[in-house]
Amino acid sequence: MTPAATPNPTLTPAHTHEVPGAVAWSAPVRAGRTVTLTALADGANATMLMIGADRLDRLNIPDTLKSQMSARIKPGMVLMSDRGLALATVTASSLDWHDCLTGALPDQLLLLELTKHGFGEADLHACINFFSKVSVADDPRASLTYVPDHAHAGDTVTLRADQDLLIFLSTAPHALSDEPAAGVAVQIETPAHTDDPELREEATRALRLTRELIA
Amino acid sequence: MTVTSTTATTAASLDTVVEAGDGALVTVPSGGRLRIVDLHGNQAVDTLFYDAHDIDNRYSAFDTIREQRAVFLTTGSRLVSTRLDELAVITDDTCGRHDTVGGACSQESNVIRYGEFTRHQHACRQTFLRYGAKAGIGQRHLAHNVNFFMNVPVTSSGGLTFEDGLSAPGKYVEITASRDLFVLISNCPQVNNPCNGWDPTPIQLLGRW
Repeated sequence: MTPAATPNPTLTPAHTHEVPGAVAWSAPVRAGRTVTLTALADGANATMLMIGADRLDRLNIPDTLKSQMSARIKPGMVLMSDRGLALATVTASSLDWHDCLTGALPDQLLLLELTKHGFGEADLHACINFFSKVSVADDPRASLTYVPDHAHAGDTVTLRADQDLLIFLSTAPHALSDEPAAGVAVQIETPAHTDDPELREEATRALRLTRELIA
Repeated sequence: MTVTSTTATTAASLDTVVEAGDGALVTVPSGGRLRIVDLHGNQAVDTLFYDAHDIDNRYSAFDTIREQRAVFLTTGSRLVSTRLDELAVITDDTCGRHDTVGGACSQESNVIRYGEFTRHQHACRQTFLRYGAKAGIGQRHLAHNVNFFMNVPVTSSGGLTFEDGLSAPGKYVEITASRDLFVLISNCPQVNNPCNGWDPTPIQLLGRW
C-alpha cells in the first residue's frame, strides 16, 4: 500500500544557530530559503559578505545602492551582484537602516571563513553591517557618525535568497563602535509565503533576470 | 594605453590624453604624483589602485570612507587598502570633492538601471578588465573604485542620487603614491545619467616622478 504523498515539512527543517559575539561563520543558503538574523543583545553587529551561485559573482554594494537610490540597506531592497543579478531580497526588518558605507576592520576570522570555501583577500568586497547605523551629516564632506543605541536585543532582519548563496558573517563589533561584541541568532528556513515585497522597477528587473537565467 | 615608468633612477614624466570611453593602466612609483585633468568638465574618471607588488592589496572604498569618517574624497584623503595600508593620498584638488560610493558602470548594471537597450553599450568595467589584464587584474580583483569629478550626494535621510558634476574645464585632482602602484583608469563612457554631463569627454594624465 502506497502512503499518500503529503508534504513532509521535516524534509526541509529550519536550521538555527546562535553565532556568539566576535566570531565568524558561513553557510550555504538555497534559492528560495530565508535567512533571519536576530540581535541577541543591544548594540549587536552582523557584518555580511555574500557570493552567488557561480562562486564568482559577489554582493556589489555600489550597484545595490545606486539602482535603488539609497545609501542604506532597508526592507524592500534587492541585494545585487557584480553582474546585475539578484542575490537576495530584504523582505522584512524591525530596523530601517543597516549600514553599508563603512566596511569592516581586517578580520582574520572572516578571512578564514572565505578561505574555507576557496576564496581569499581579493573577495573582500563591500559588506553590510546589519543592525548598525552610521549617520550622514548634511555638511560639505558628508561626515559620518556611529549611532549608538540603534539596535536592541530582539531586532531582526530577514533576507530571501534569490539564487543559491554562500553567506559569510562576522559578529565583531562595528569598527566605529565601542560597544562589546554581541551574539546574533541565525534561522534558515523555507518560508510559507514567497511574495515579493514592494520594490523599485530596477529591483524587479534584477529579480526577473535572475529567475530567467539561473534561479 | 599602458604607461610604465621607464627607469627608477631618472625623473620620468607622463603627459597623455585618454579619450572619452578609453582607459589606462599607469605604474606610479612610490612618491610619484599623478594629476588627472578634467579637460572639458563634468567627466567621471573611474579609478582603482593596487599595490604593484601584490594586487590583492588593493583600494578599499568603504575602508577609506570609514577611516576618514566622511563620504566624499578631497585633498588630504588617504586612500587605503583592505589591509588598511595607505596606497596614496590626494595632495591637490581644484574640484572640491569626489565620489567613492557609486562604483563603476557595467553592461549588466546598466541593464538593471536603464533597461535592456543598454546591454551592449560600452561601460567602465569593460575598460577595467581590458586594461587590467596586463597587470593580472581580473574580475575577482575589480574592487569598488573612486569616481574622480563625479557628484553622488548622500543625504542625512539615507538617500543617494547621481547629479550633474561639480567639475569644470581644467579642474584637476592629484594623488601622491605612498608605495609603488598600479593605477587603473576608465574614462567613463556612460551616457544614460548626468555623471559625464551626458557627453563623455577626454581627460589628461600628468605624471611626475
